[in-house]
Amino acid sequence: MIDSAIRRLRFEIFRYNPEDPESKPHIDTFEIDERPYMTLYMALSEIRETQDPGLQFDFACRSAICGSCGMMVNGRPALGCRTLTADLPEEIRLHPLPAFKLIGDLSVDTGTWFREMAERTEAWIHERLPFDKDAEEQRMSDDIAAAIYEGDRCIECGCCVASCGAANINEEFLAAAGLNRIARFMMDPRDGRTDTDWFEVVAGPEGVFGCVGMMACADVCPKELPLLDVYAYLRRRTLGTKIATGGSPSE
Amino acid sequence: MTTQMTTTDVLVIGGGLAGERCAMEAAAAGQEVTILSLVPPRRSHSCAAQGGMQAALGNCVKAEGDSPEVHYLDTVRGSDWGADQEVANIFAEEAPVAVRELAHFGVPWTRVRGGTNTYFIKGESVDIEEPLENDGLITHRDFGGTAKWRACYAAAGTGHAALYAVDSEVVRLGITVRDRAEAVSLIHDGTRCHGVVARCLRTGTYFAVMAKATVIATGGYGRIYGQYTTNATINYGTGAALALGTGIVPLGNMEAVQFHPTALSPSGILITEGCRGDGGYLLDKNLHRFMVEAEPEKQELASRDVVSRHMMQCIQDGKGVDSPNGRHLWLDIRHLGEEHLTTKLLEVFDICRDFAGINPAHDLIPVRPTQHYSMGGVRVNKDGEAYGMACLYAVGEAACWDMHGFNRLGGNSLAETLVAGRVVGGRVAEYASGATLEASTTLAFDALNAEEQRSQSLLRREGNSRSVYGIRDALGEIMIGKVGIFRNGADLAAAVDELKDLISECDKAVLRQKGPGANPELAFALRLPGMLRLALTVAMGALARTESRGAHFRVDYPLRNDQDWLSRTLVRWQTDAGDPTLSYERVGLIDLPPGHRGYGSDERIEMDVSVDEYNEGVLVSQAEEGRLESTEAMGSQLRRYSGGAA
Repeated sequence: MIDSAIRRLRFEIFRYNPEDPESKPHIDTFEIDERPYMTLYMALSEIRETQDPGLQFDFACRSAICGSCGMMVNGRPALGCRTLTADLPEEIRLHPLPAFKLIGDLSVDTGTWFREMAERTEAWIHERLPFDKDAEEQRMSDDIAAAIYEGDRCIECGCCVASCGAANINEEFLAAAGLNRIARFMMDPRDGRTDTDWFEVVAGPEGVFGCVGMMACADVCPKELPLLDVYAYLRRRTLGTKIATGGSPSE
Repeated sequence: MTTQMTTTDVLVIGGGLAGERCAMEAAAAGQEVTILSLVPPRRSHSCAAQGGMQAALGNCVKAEGDSPEVHYLDTVRGSDWGADQEVANIFAEEAPVAVRELAHFGVPWTRVRGGTNTYFIKGESVDIEEPLENDGLITHRDFGGTAKWRACYAAAGTGHAALYAVDSEVVRLGITVRDRAEAVSLIHDGTRCHGVVARCLRTGTYFAVMAKATVIATGGYGRIYGQYTTNATINYGTGAALALGTGIVPLGNMEAVQFHPTALSPSGILITEGCRGDGGYLLDKNLHRFMVEAEPEKQELASRDVVSRHMMQCIQDGKGVDSPNGRHLWLDIRHLGEEHLTTKLLEVFDICRDFAGINPAHDLIPVRPTQHYSMGGVRVNKDGEAYGMACLYAVGEAACWDMHGFNRLGGNSLAETLVAGRVVGGRVAEYASGATLEASTTLAFDALNAEEQRSQSLLRREGNSRSVYGIRDALGEIMIGKVGIFRNGADLAAAVDELKDLISECDKAVLRQKGPGANPELAFALRLPGMLRLALTVAMGALARTESRGAHFRVDYPLRNDQDWLSRTLVRWQTDAGDPTLSYERVGLIDLPPGHRGYGSDERIEMDVSVDEYNEGVLVSQAEEGRLESTEAMGSQLRRYSGGAA
């Protein structure tokens, strides 16, 4: 193989440092040579280490598990660590995820968003009984465990939130990550909340009926979570409740 | 100035599983708890643990007869007798409770399916009838170095599921988390810890947090091996460096560094031991299963230190697969089938697809042993209290508690984070509930000023120098090249000299980014000296230890030497001293006498004293090194092995 085809990549990166009064939002351009199996993690690290040491971005696990590195890659939310430059054109535009507070350049505050979501939805097991350290574990069929695990696989990267038309105009909207988390607890037999309890959380405009149905979330989810099924499950459970209780929760 | 200093009852540095579980215990006791974390807690490196968490529930057929005692024996053998056996026993007894507690918090553990199950065991497909009465219990998979199937798991995302469940409880308890905050020094008066100075990674500002009790839970120091680690980019060994920075608190067994047999080559991303536990093979370039001859009994499932050495030997013998990024071996899980790979090993399937462009149902996985775990860390007693300094605790991978000795068994680290979090968290809660906060503002402001001046003087440096990233890369090359799997005196001595030179170079390194805000280059420059100092303690400990034990292997001293080295290395770096100082203590009370591990070499130099004579000296040996008195007397939870001498 002749190695003459090494591409020169041109990165256009959104820049703004809110801590610097001199800083204004703008685009900076950097060029680097592409290497085999180069990911955006490698490319951005190279740019920071050799060209602009002030460039801000977030990576931790660099293996698509921790969810730190969501960013807009040519207009589409993606995890930087597992995005291969080989899958992109030579011109690569990088922006921070919208819908989250900007920390600087490509770094956004997903931590605060997800903590608030967890508090609002009480995203923890509302157990039926206190833990008994001497008792055998409560039994669960492996099929149910697998179904819960499927919902539990969300890594809270924020790509779905950033892609969501509703979340970008209504900051109260729980978005796919929030609704998926609710569904995960809803299907967990260890959680003691009733359909009526769930109705309060899910049924409002910030809940499942705030979704306008474009389902970009399902297209961009790096974990390929079955978000269409999740929304269908939530609507079904919520409407079932409404019928069963004979009216809206305000009555 | 008020925003610069805050108080809390209990301060936990690190938002991974060990830190969060510890924090929960203190919060449940009514203490105000603050967690500082480099990243939002769910992004901590605990989330990357894949294959399982060891706990002797004994729920499936291949786990029958398992018990905490068997788990304890496996752990001590795995440690190559370097562990504190009382701590290993506390751990093994509590691990089943920790797993069931996680089920209570919502972890969707994979469950027993009653009826016929097909497993791959030692190269054979085997049908096993799981009794219907066990249906729905938490099941197990096989892992390395264990007598029974013991690893409880949620597909290959066990750490992720555990961390999310525990963080949910942290949210429920209303524990304050300051994410994107990095502890940069401990506030102490020479005998007692009062909190930390930290730097905000959003704004670059410094602040102090004063607390009744401070807990180090910052994980391991894998990134001193540069890119040659499975660890996340944030595993700088922050807490160990903070403790070393006191000049008083010792670190234990820093030379005990684990290499995981199967990291994806060349990216270094972890491929779980669960692959081999579920029946995967290691193959050389001729597609030969070399582990069958190397370890006839355990085959691919000997302990990690043993398997990693066989793999490196295989590569050195010319049986590695050539690639542009160096030689590697193959991991073969094709025979497990796509259904298994996309359920029980889903995360492995995804990693292979995303980072190597392969489908492991059809393709071999290129793997190579890579730095993975830090057995060493802040030396603590069985309550988690640091040697030599009151009100300072350490827990999890950051600590040397010391249940792992010179080699940790797979699945024992996830279990340690939860068990130690419960145990140490309980001690922290007891202490803090009976104490009052004595916040010395003078101490805090002195420490704050010192850190602010350190960063100012860094920014003021002018001239030309190698970048801090260049120094980091040089560090990684020294560590992998000279302080890796096979070690020898000449290379280690050279590594010590080169690391000292790097430390001097780092003292003069010039930053290119001087602007306000988080300044990622400054953040890295502030942590690099600590990483270099930790690296030197690893290299010096390895040079001094003229034997081979667990993951520490000296080709010039290939035998385990229980006569001279049944000891734990301690290292301190006295303030203003040019070099760290090594000393040694006895490993702890011995219950299971040193013997053969059941895999690896059976040759060793025997103890020349009796176990009783050894045990008589333990209390004094550890007290001399600054061990604080534990709540219960030393040995109160020693197993007192009933089987007698092996």
